[in-house]
Amino acid sequence: MEISYVFKNNYSLMKKILLIAVGIAVAFLTQAQKFTSDKTYVKFFSDASIEDITAENTKSSSIFNEATGDVVFSIPIKEFEFDKSLMKEHFNEKYMETEQFPKSTFQGKISGYQPSGTGEQKATAIGKMTIHGVTQDVQIPGTMTNANGVLTMKAKFMVKLVDYKIKIPQLLWTNIAEEVEVTVEFNYKPL
Amino acid sequence: MKNIFTIVFLLIAGCLCAQDDLMKELEQNQKPEINYVTQTFKGTRIINGQSVETKGKGELEFIFSHRFDKISTGPYQVWGLDGYPAVRLGLEYGITDRLGVGIGRNFYYNNKMEDLYLRYKIARQSTGAKSFPVTITGIGTMMYQPYPNATDAANNSVPLPSTSDRLSYVAELLIARKFSSKFSAQIAPTFVHRNAVDKSLENNDDIAIAFGGRFKFTRSLSLIGEYYSRMNVHANSPYYNSVGAGLDIETGGHVFQLIFTNSLGLNPNTIVTQTDTKPGDLRFGFNITRTFQLAKRK
Repeated sequence: MEISYVFKNNYSLMKKILLIAVGIAVAFLTQAQKFTSDKTYVKFFSDASIEDITAENTKSSSIFNEATGDVVFSIPIKEFEFDKSLMKEHFNEKYMETEQFPKSTFQGKISGYQPSGTGEQKATAIGKMTIHGVTQDVQIPGTMTNANGVLTMKAKFMVKLVDYKIKIPQLLWTNIAEEVEVTVEFNYKPL
Repeated sequence: MKNIFTIVFLLIAGCLCAQDDLMKELEQNQKPEINYVTQTFKGTRIINGQSVETKGKGELEFIFSHRFDKISTGPYQVWGLDGYPAVRLGLEYGITDRLGVGIGRNFYYNNKMEDLYLRYKIARQSTGAKSFPVTITGIGTMMYQPYPNATDAANNSVPLPSTSDRLSYVAELLIARKFSSKFSAQIAPTFVHRNAVDKSLENNDDIAIAFGGRFKFTRSLSLIGEYYSRMNVHANSPYYNSVGAGLDIETGGHVFQLIFTNSLGLNPNTIVTQTDTKPGDLRFGFNITRTFQLAKRK
């Protein structure tokens, strides 16, 4: 009795409650369609005359919103593991300046993926990639597979060091290719 | 009508910042981590003395240290290049990322010495979930002096020392902090014990405090400096405190250090106890290191 009285006489309160209800509904709706990374794998490969360099990282994380296509990736640079200790030190200290720029990120949308589809689907990630503190607009083609609620995202692409202001010291230039090949494979489970 | 506009606005705003929100969510989900500071110094030596750095697991470092004669010998001796050099050839191996073992052979004319040491990184400077202000490394060195052997002793009519008299020991506790990516400093209390000394000039036990630092001015070039302050100098000691400064050049697997120092010492014993020229009377020298990865990390 008292409550309905309040509603009838306080239009603005009703409006607020309505807004909150819609807000909560939207939040729940999107929450249900989010995926978080379970297993992650990022590899880069630099093919140079003297020495090929490979590094692997399994400590990345990502969230993918299936409903909106929004996706974010965060890759901790110091977790790249090399064959040689010295390579890891140089990678962090000289090229990536990891103390200053500890993470590389991607924020964007995935287009071309149908949540209802089956098998491997071609998809493109479009958005902003930040490496070494430099942000670039990128389009990365890859594939998505949805099998029994486990989502797998795969892509292979080239990163030009000059685009991200990663400088190669003169004394070292023969050791490092100017372009490196990056391979990513992320497995997702519902959040 | 008005509230519908508000809802539409909120939904649009929600879409626009969705990726930023997603990024925030990602960051919140991440566990707090410990960030260990690396490369406080480029190499395992600052100038003559040791740094807190250890080799990575499975890494073998070859160190070639060379000191020419005094610059004050003048142009006829090409400012020391013609004189007797002091040389140390050394190897160091990383058993783990924190534990290393090293051996070296030092020679300067007839003064020969072998050194063997164990190095352990006791604590690592870190930020993040666990924060610690400094890196601490302990080094224990044992030295053996092969000179004079039986022939040398007979030729120079000096007594042949016993094995025990040829031995000396050094304990060092190195404490370093990387203040920024450019500047690092180190302080190292050093204790030297020699079994046999000339008691009229020398102590059996010497204590020194070593100060070292580097300033990195490009990604591959650093200025380096080092000073050993002896705490209990013998009243008749003919020796001096060791001082050195130089340039540290790092390339792929090499570190080149171009050095000016008054010390011939290339191991902690001779640095502290046998620096025989004044701090201003310098020699030119260099250290070259080459690192080999013997065992793969993975």
